[in-house]
Amino acid sequence: MAKGVKPRVKVPKTASAGEMVTLKTLISHKMESGQRKDSDGNKIPRSIINRFVCAFNGKTVVDVEMLPAISTNPYFQFDAVIPEAGEFHFTWYDDDGSVYETKKKVEMA
Amino acid sequence: MEVTRRDTMAIGGAAVISTLIPSISVASTNELIMGITGGADAAASGIDLTAPEIAENGNTVPISVDAPGAVAVTILAAGNPLPGVATFNFGDGAGSQSATTRIRLAGTQDVIAVAKMADGSFAAVSKTVKVTIGGCGG
Amino acid sequence: MKLIKIILAMAGLVATPIVTIAGEDSQLTINEEPFVTSVAAPAHLENVDTIYSGWTFRTDETQALQMDDFDNPAFVFIDQAIDTFNTVDGSAGKACVSCHESPEVFKGLRASMPRVNGSGELETIPELVNNCRTERMGAEKWKWSGGKMAGVVGLIGLQSRGMTVDVAINGPASSMWEKGKELYYQRVGQLDMSCSNCHEDNYGNMIRADHLSQGQINGFPTYRLKNAKLNTIHGRFKGCMKNIRATPFKEGSDEFKALELYVASRSNGLMIETPSVRN
Repeated sequence: MAKGVKPRVKVPKTASAGEMVTLKTLISHKMESGQRKDSDGNKIPRSIINRFVCAFNGKTVVDVEMLPAISTNPYFQFDAVIPEAGEFHFTWYDDDGSVYETKKKVEMA
Repeated sequence: MEVTRRDTMAIGGAAVISTLIPSISVASTNELIMGITGGADAAASGIDLTAPEIAENGNTVPISVDAPGAVAVTILAAGNPLPGVATFNFGDGAGSQSATTRIRLAGTQDVIAVAKMADGSFAAVSKTVKVTIGGCGG
Repeated sequence: MKLIKIILAMAGLVATPIVTIAGEDSQLTINEEPFVTSVAAPAHLENVDTIYSGWTFRTDETQALQMDDFDNPAFVFIDQAIDTFNTVDGSAGKACVSCHESPEVFKGLRASMPRVNGSGELETIPELVNNCRTERMGAEKWKWSGGKMAGVVGLIGLQSRGMTVDVAINGPASSMWEKGKELYYQRVGQLDMSCSNCHEDNYGNMIRADHLSQGQINGFPTYRLKNAKLNTIHGRFKGCMKNIRATPFKEGSDEFKALELYVASRSNGLMIETPSVRN
């Protein structure tokens, strides 16, 4: 598991049925690109989060394939439609096999 | 004497231009777009790409894409060691086919966005982002 | 004189400063609350009429990153600092929260630091944190600019966000303030430059492709796009000295503490923006 990885998401607590909301997601991760060299001149191997998925009540909102050109501390902002009360599930997949997740509930206004 | 020429350059503001990392391109913008579309033409409209004209720092460059009706949008950086940046696959739960993120750019280059639409057609747009060498602070 | 002109020209600076502030007309709001980013300079500043937050010198895109706490990448480190605040560390079996109910008890602290304590010593926030750790928690000192310290100093600083910087320069602080002022105007290093050469004589100009600020520290610890993490005051002082090819003072040294006091006083009147976003 990469060290010090922590997600941070902005999700409204309530919404009306069918409302479109903007979500913001951030996660602390070095995103080692595989391009950098250490002090001996050896390439530091790539170690990034390679996929991010956001789903609401099991329905995919966005599924992002990520490559090393995504900046350190990956940030994504996107829109979701909220048809009914439920839960957002955010998942990040690390090259090293770790999976980071966080969930946020949304109630009907 | 060299100092005079440098003085003029500095005053003329050419200092900024002379510190731009020369434009780099690993593969041409068109080749990269064709790589995503499989050779099919990409419409010039139907997709918007927002990127700064001059990136304050190539390490973290905010960009946004918007392609109403797209199934997926792929971002490429023509001058990076590896051109691929990300692909956003939009699901039924998406409220729009738009996304904002922050990317790394190795130097001045074209940032490209290619949208695959629901009917199998493509749209593409590219923007040149200038990436500078910093000053004392970085 | 000619030597200095050559050095200035090589550094890409304009001989006669024409001050341009990129974001002069932009208004900083954080979570929609307005922030003051320029005010009349404090009385003790002889050569500057108006002081500007570092925010005003950044591009529109960088400025936007500070305006919402979910856009601001620093906050993921603030969240981690909250976890640290609540985690037991050291032989006494305590966490910060064991004595300090919540980070909110630190409201107002950052706005008046560094300050002279009852024993006449100039103290800074990292020292207060390490004193607590070593003397009351039985824990090890943190590195001055390490991730944990930067996060916790950021968390403490956040509690003063929006408050006006008000650092004491007279009375017991005055001798250290004078020392800091002397350091600010002292030329050092192979490039033979002082803090003032850039941040007082040339703010608003371009140094190569970087837009020079006044070097205010009201937003520190700051998230820099350049290294994608929180940067501390002494960490930046050290970096600046290395850029001038001088041997830097040590983080936590009397010199940097005196300099921190002086530089903080140059921003008296601006608002604390911790944790800010800069290039």
